[in-house]
Amino acid sequence: MDFDLTEEQSILKDSLDRLLADKYDFEKRNKIMAQPDGWSGEMWNAYAEMGLMALPFAEEDGGLGGSPVETMIVMEALGRALVLEPYLATVVLGGGVLRHGASAQQRAEYVPQVASGELKLALGHTERNSRYDLNHVETTAKKDGEGWVLSGQKSVVLGGDAADYIFVTARTGGDVRDPNGIGIFMIDAKAEGLSRRSYANQDGTRAAEISLDGVKVPAGGVIGDPAVGLPVIRRVADEAIAALCSEAIGVMEQLHALTLEYLKVRKQFGVPIGAFQVLQHKAVDIFVALEQARSITLYATMMADSDDEAERGRAMNAAKAETGRAGKLAGENAIQLHGGVGMTMEYAVGHYFKRMTAIDLTFGDHDHHLQRLAERGGLFG
Amino acid sequence: MELRFTPEELAFRDEVRAFFAENVPEETRAKMSEGEHLEKDDMVEWTRILNKKGWAVPHWPEEYGGTGWDPMRQYIFLEELQRYPAPSPLPFGVNMVGPVIYTFGNEEQKKHFLPRIANLDDWWCQGFSEPGAGSDLASLKTRAVRDGDHYIVNGQKTWTTLAQYADWIFCLVRTDTEAKKQEGISFLLIDMNTPGIEVRPIVTIDGGREVNEVFLTDVKVPAENLVGQENKGWDYAKFLLGNERTNIARVGMSKQRIARVRELAAKEMSGGRPLIEDQRFREKLSSIEIDLKALELTQLRVVAADAKRGNTGRPDPASSILKIKGSEIQQGITHLLMQVMGPHALPYHEDIEGSNEPPIEPDYAGSAAPGYFNYRKVSIYGGSNEIQKNIIAKAVLGL
Repeated sequence: MDFDLTEEQSILKDSLDRLLADKYDFEKRNKIMAQPDGWSGEMWNAYAEMGLMALPFAEEDGGLGGSPVETMIVMEALGRALVLEPYLATVVLGGGVLRHGASAQQRAEYVPQVASGELKLALGHTERNSRYDLNHVETTAKKDGEGWVLSGQKSVVLGGDAADYIFVTARTGGDVRDPNGIGIFMIDAKAEGLSRRSYANQDGTRAAEISLDGVKVPAGGVIGDPAVGLPVIRRVADEAIAALCSEAIGVMEQLHALTLEYLKVRKQFGVPIGAFQVLQHKAVDIFVALEQARSITLYATMMADSDDEAERGRAMNAAKAETGRAGKLAGENAIQLHGGVGMTMEYAVGHYFKRMTAIDLTFGDHDHHLQRLAERGGLFG
Repeated sequence: MELRFTPEELAFRDEVRAFFAENVPEETRAKMSEGEHLEKDDMVEWTRILNKKGWAVPHWPEEYGGTGWDPMRQYIFLEELQRYPAPSPLPFGVNMVGPVIYTFGNEEQKKHFLPRIANLDDWWCQGFSEPGAGSDLASLKTRAVRDGDHYIVNGQKTWTTLAQYADWIFCLVRTDTEAKKQEGISFLLIDMNTPGIEVRPIVTIDGGREVNEVFLTDVKVPAENLVGQENKGWDYAKFLLGNERTNIARVGMSKQRIARVRELAAKEMSGGRPLIEDQRFREKLSSIEIDLKALELTQLRVVAADAKRGNTGRPDPASSILKIKGSEIQQGITHLLMQVMGPHALPYHEDIEGSNEPPIEPDYAGSAAPGYFNYRKVSIYGGSNEIQKNIIAKAVLGL
């Protein structure tokens, strides 16, 4: 057992941290967020140059063959800097569908374009009534000659504002909650019948509502078996959970660091407020929560590429539930320990708190994953 | 980064498991599994089995009987021991006074005491806390006055665990009343059979008799029983208290207790079906399991970091949370176990020797509530969780 990074992994971490320290401090991030697109094309290209887009793809497909540990390193760094560019949507979600669902021919066509940063992807799966249930799909796909015709609505499609292609799930058979009969379709965002309404989320990341009104998808746009797309979605969602937990660690590290710094410099009653024991103990609570979340995230990372769906699923339930709980504790206490200044938009801590909150609401919150884990018989059962 | 055990470590784990399966007395295993107290004889018997194998004091230096295992193997051994479950070696000798003696004691002390600790020929107890010296341990008042080749000791120790079995007690005593409070303390080894020592039981809220008051009145202690230098005892005490960090989380024990919760929750009925099928109950159990899994990984991070730096120097900052989370989890499990028994946790099961009364059924419910009551101690002893937070705030967060 060894928790240290390899030399290559350390280089990845250091160079990404350096890039973000240089180009993505809080002020610069605010400027990027204020742009019409809400993210930076220049940064996107910089990530691509570093190889971040190619990271998780197999070498034979044009990627770098990175493991979940590399994704963890990247996501932690993106969390520390509150990065707004749609990395999760393109590389983890869209890229995940390509890796786990697409044919060799599809991968040969699209992976190099993603790896170079040319192409942005998104996953359109969530619907108005699905909440976090991956098997709930109302959008329909009807056979039309060799191809398909899709109709329905997709909600809060992360990175859907910027995506060139959107992987949309739609029902090819069965009823609304049937695990079978779900297909995955790759749709050009400019396709006729697709309309999107883009917006900013609470945390400054961006998403879109996607409407599909008789969108034609040729046979070549189907990902895998049009009746059994759910296992791919589950796998991609599990990888996204591990990635989000890692991002949450980066966010919590900053919540912790900013709070400590504030406790040391802010003076009241003639002393730094960090001298007060009641505040010290709250700061320790944040530290403990962070380290426990870090530990369970390592576990999730270790399990992220497991082929044992049940065991992998339990690990993701555990990690997402724990980081959700820890992140809420860290975020709320960080605001409380900052007092009034923590409430202001111009100070960083509130933005970390908001990102932490958004992460909990993405791919299942604490309660959802605790419930799922309990249904599955627990972690040691 | 490699988050799996190596094949060699897995083979070692199998070896340890096989040894326990063949050698832990079944009666001892059953008592531990059912949450009953062990007798002195159980501990002695098991310690001697371990000692014969050469595993009684695994983490000691090899010259004093240690195994030479790396930190990961030490961890695996303790984890498997707790999971089996088999008794952990008596901490007062093996983890507390033993390392103090081999680090600061003289040759005679090492030669005499260390083998006797490993074989549990001497049962040790700890004389640190006093009625007026709890979290503020350095304010202790028990006085030792040098008189020729002896010290004369007067004072009172308290919370002395299992002193009723003890042959020896290691005590912090004040040898200089003028110096700063930390600088007038010495570390003395005292034979419990010396005249002037009186042990009085303290009955705890679970009804158990684990802890005692120890009164010392004109107790004559040979000067050769001083460890290290006079007035340096505080340093040795700090060493002792900081020494224990791999076992404090007790992950293996909590896993074993969770298995017990599952086993009993499958037997106990709620709403016409086994309690284990109740969603609310399962969520509570899962919640503790998640905490425990995280703690296990935290523990492994600490162990792996120790292994890397050869178990010297500053511990990984994460090590400071082991006590806090470990105790919270242990307490949470005892509460859950009591809830499993529901109303059957209510009857007080009196353990009267020679009684012909049949036990109140189910007999396994008897230890549920006392277990919960008793385990309130784990967030108090060894430096309360609030003291642990003070330590983290200062040493780790720099506040």
